Amino acid sequence: MNNNDIVLRVEDIHKSFGGNEVLRGVSFDVRRGETKVFIGPSGTGKSTLLRCINQLTPPDRGTVWLDGEEVTNSGARINYFRQKIGMVFQNFFLFDHLTAVKNVELALLKVRGMGKAEAREKALTELRQVGLEDWADHYPAELSGGQAQRVSIARALAMDPDVILFDEPTSALDPELTREVLEVMKKLARNGMTMLVVTHEMGFACSVANEVLFMENGVVAEQGSPDLLLHDPRFTRMKDFIGRIDSRMDD
Amino acid sequence: MDVLPILLDWLPYLLSGIASTLGLVLAALGLGVLLGLPMALGQVYGARPVRWVVGIYVWFFRGLPILVLLFLFWFGIFPAIGLGELSAFVVGAVVLGLRGAAYQSQIFRGAIQSVGEGQMIAARSLGMSRLTAIRSVILPQAVRIALPGWSNEYPNILTDSAVCYAIGVVELLTITSRMVTQTHITMPIYLAAAGIFIVLNYGGLKLLHRLEKRIAIPGFGTGAM
Repeated sequence: MNNNDIVLRVEDIHKSFGGNEVLRGVSFDVRRGETKVFIGPSGTGKSTLLRCINQLTPPDRGTVWLDGEEVTNSGARINYFRQKIGMVFQNFFLFDHLTAVKNVELALLKVRGMGKAEAREKALTELRQVGLEDWADHYPAELSGGQAQRVSIARALAMDPDVILFDEPTSALDPELTREVLEVMKKLARNGMTMLVVTHEMGFACSVANEVLFMENGVVAEQGSPDLLLHDPRFTRMKDFIGRIDSRMDD
Repeated sequence: MDVLPILLDWLPYLLSGIASTLGLVLAALGLGVLLGLPMALGQVYGARPVRWVVGIYVWFFRGLPILVLLFLFWFGIFPAIGLGELSAFVVGAVVLGLRGAAYQSQIFRGAIQSVGEGQMIAARSLGMSRLTAIRSVILPQAVRIALPGWSNEYPNILTDSAVCYAIGVVELLTITSRMVTQTHITMPIYLAAAGIFIVLNYGGLKLLHRLEKRIAIPGFGTGAM
């Protein structure tokens, strides 16, 4: 991996909702093939940050660059950038009227203008990636939460994105289903997919993340390898936070 | 006084009356979808002036009795805009359709609004334009949600269509009234007319339910959302 190969650059992102400043200047670079994990208390703007990157929520200030091209203020070209920036949502947001395979191929047909046969083949390939080839013809209502989330990952993968944003991908799932989704994400990370992941799964963060960004009050409070943030005595805030959620889970 | 031979005698006219009634209904339903769906989209996604215009339209066509609308267009509006030559049938179908569009737009609007907002977000996140997202993601779901409510428009328009009698459309009620005038048999003939309306009503709803089943999708059932 070339260390200078920066695929995504986020500079000084600010976002307020009705006087409440959710993001107060967030900046970071993402190298190709890297997995960054965002951790932090609820309401610190982690999900908003992801939505600011693909402009689902346009930031008030700041710039996003993808492969050296400006994503912010890109007008209609935003639809091009969004193909390159995949997104996976907490509540899956699968297209409820379409089978799994059609969920994956829809954007290939309608956005990329791919032919039917080619799109179908690609969609099935992506479903195979997430282990759901046999479920291709099932509707979202017939899938478990874990399966639905894996289909939505396949849907994002199908566009051959430069980076995928995961917005609390396992928060709506019970532990068993969480594991199957995390396994898929680990595999993607191993295969060199660039990923930004908002999650509370510390185990995943420790085993996969190249870097953890601990966010608090709309800024990145601590940033470094998982090992560093967890064990270096100079870093305390993320450890405090994890201590709080651990003790809550012990109750 | 046996009514059956009389009905048989008049059968060709009765059938043409039924055809005319069904023609009114189909034309009105079609026009209603054609106008009602874009109006619903305008009301949900349109700019303020668009929403405003649709709102006034709906208020006007739902606010007046169907007979008043019919007279307004037949005697006033159409002649005033140079369409005085239109046949009573066309005027009847158009007025029923314009009025149906007002009702249907509200059925479609409700359906569009009940599609989860995540559907649009997911579509946009894949790079779809707003228009593509509406066409490929929102509308296919909205139509399925709307269909049970929309089906009710069929009996509504079917029964409303009888008022076209008042402007001289030769539909089912007009034919049966002529039979009454000529034969002086009243009740049996109007009962026969009622029977025919009921059969048309039942048959049409049956077909619509079959359509609902045909496009049903797991998790999307009738009224499930």
